[in-house]
Amino acid sequence: MKALAIDTSNLVMGIAVLDGEKVIGEYITNLKKNHSVRVMPAIHDVMKEANVKPAELDRIIAAKGPGSYTGVRIGVTIAKTMAWTLKKELVGVSSLEVVAQNGKYFGGYVCPLFDARRTQLYTGLYGKKDGQFQAVKEDRLVLRDNWLSELKKLDQPVLFLGNDLDMHKERIFEELGDQAVFGGIADHNPRPSELGRIGVEREPEPVHHFVPSYLQLAEAEANWLAAQKK
Amino acid sequence: MKQDEIILSIETSCDETAVALIKNGTEILANVVASQIESHKRFGGVVPEVASRHHVEQMTVVTEEALQQAGLTMEDVTAVAVTEGPGLVGALLIGVNAAKALAFAHGLPLVPVHHIAGHIYANRLITEMKFPLLALVVSGGHTELVLMEKHGSFEVIGETRDDAAGEAYDKVARTLNLPYPGGPHIDKLAQNGEPVLKLPRAWLEPDSYDFSFSGLKSAVINTVHNAAQRGETIRPEDLAASFQASVVEVLVEKAARAARENNVKQVLLAGGVAANQGLRKALEERFSDLPQELVIPPLYLCTDNAAMIGAAGSVAYQKGKRADWALNGVPGLDLEAQ
Ligand SMILES: [Zn+2]
Repeated sequence: MKALAIDTSNLVMGIAVLDGEKVIGEYITNLKKNHSVRVMPAIHDVMKEANVKPAELDRIIAAKGPGSYTGVRIGVTIAKTMAWTLKKELVGVSSLEVVAQNGKYFGGYVCPLFDARRTQLYTGLYGKKDGQFQAVKEDRLVLRDNWLSELKKLDQPVLFLGNDLDMHKERIFEELGDQAVFGGIADHNPRPSELGRIGVEREPEPVHHFVPSYLQLAEAEANWLAAQKK
Repeated sequence: MKQDEIILSIETSCDETAVALIKNGTEILANVVASQIESHKRFGGVVPEVASRHHVEQMTVVTEEALQQAGLTMEDVTAVAVTEGPGLVGALLIGVNAAKALAFAHGLPLVPVHHIAGHIYANRLITEMKFPLLALVVSGGHTELVLMEKHGSFEVIGETRDDAAGEAYDKVARTLNLPYPGGPHIDKLAQNGEPVLKLPRAWLEPDSYDFSFSGLKSAVINTVHNAAQRGETIRPEDLAASFQASVVEVLVEKAARAARENNVKQVLLAGGVAANQGLRKALEERFSDLPQELVIPPLYLCTDNAAMIGAAGSVAYQKGKRADWALNGVPGLDLEAQ
């Protein structure tokens, strides 16, 4: 199976091309630059280098968020439009799950996180379950301190991963002490090859209805709903 | 045999997800518009984040519908045209990236289009353009007089110095507690009212083609306020008619003068406010005994749509204009640099 994986859901931009059991091309940057300008040239270059034509793809895989609203929409729009127009399969994978893969041999729990402002986190918890590395607590938007007390109760080592970790490290250590393990600088970028690998194993989903997983309503919508309840 | 040129065009600059297929620059094969107006009504205006989310939901659905309506596949398409700007950046990005994905997937040329060029070129779907021409562009975000010497050349000879006409309509509608979008409501009210209230006309300097509507907007608010203080009531119909008369008179007179002074052959009306009945009627009356041909597109081509982007895209394509894979959405794109 030939597959193209696209991740623009956070600052990291990642493209991978998979062929059968191999990752044959991978491009990744972690820069504060415009995904809309850079991602299509990157897709073009990686596919050209890997000598894979769009029509030869069997499947397109997108990191579906959570993350930057605008960022994730860019990758999702490209992935779903390509999948639809080329009549290929489409798979969306949680952006947190992709980061979590960097700790899949850790042994304990893995907690990927993205900062969500106002001391909130986009996060989830991953670990071995039924012999498989998978989500053990689903992705969520949560107040950091609530999340940390939840993790504390596990009484197990937790590996924290993610490029926003520095903003929260101190508080995590205060709360969890030695229970907390922190990834190093090479462990934080979501790898597009892992995105592709997961995507190849999953069931495809309906293309037209595929949308990012924002994990929260647009602010105006949330305010409107709150006003309706009053 | 010369093959037909088929442009697939995409427009997502604000709250309409639109895809069209245009044959040889002038013939509409499909023109699908998914409006989000019902969704934004509850917020009293377009919320950019909500608009962007809807565009992602609708993009492939609308494209599929357009191809089905036209009875075509992507194999028949010559080039993909897309609105590059101006507009809401998050909204533009959905169309731009969908267009890039389509063009890349099928190895097609990608043609960037200016949204206002699109509004002007909506007219070419009705009748052939005769140069030099003058376009009066009136929309929610724009009030401009654009002079065109030839295809694809745009000179802005007049523009608003403060609010766009559409913005003034929306603000006055809010003063009258009319639901969003306010423009059409004022237009409807005005048809049952008399322009009995004295409201200012901003002519600016005698030789200027520029517009200004913020003074008028304030005058409307003051008039309502003063009447309330005196315990008088103003018929909303009369207020709407008086406001509309002021806007329309300035638009029509400046357009007529610009048309005369620039010796144009044609005057085109363009933009969402071109749907305004009061403006259409006044232009028709004013130009009925003038030498310039007046062209007013039907309503469905005045509001945002992708057919107009395809019409402008066809001309840009023929002129060799191409975007590369780095094409971005540009919220403040300049018309004259086109
Ligand atoms: Zn418009």
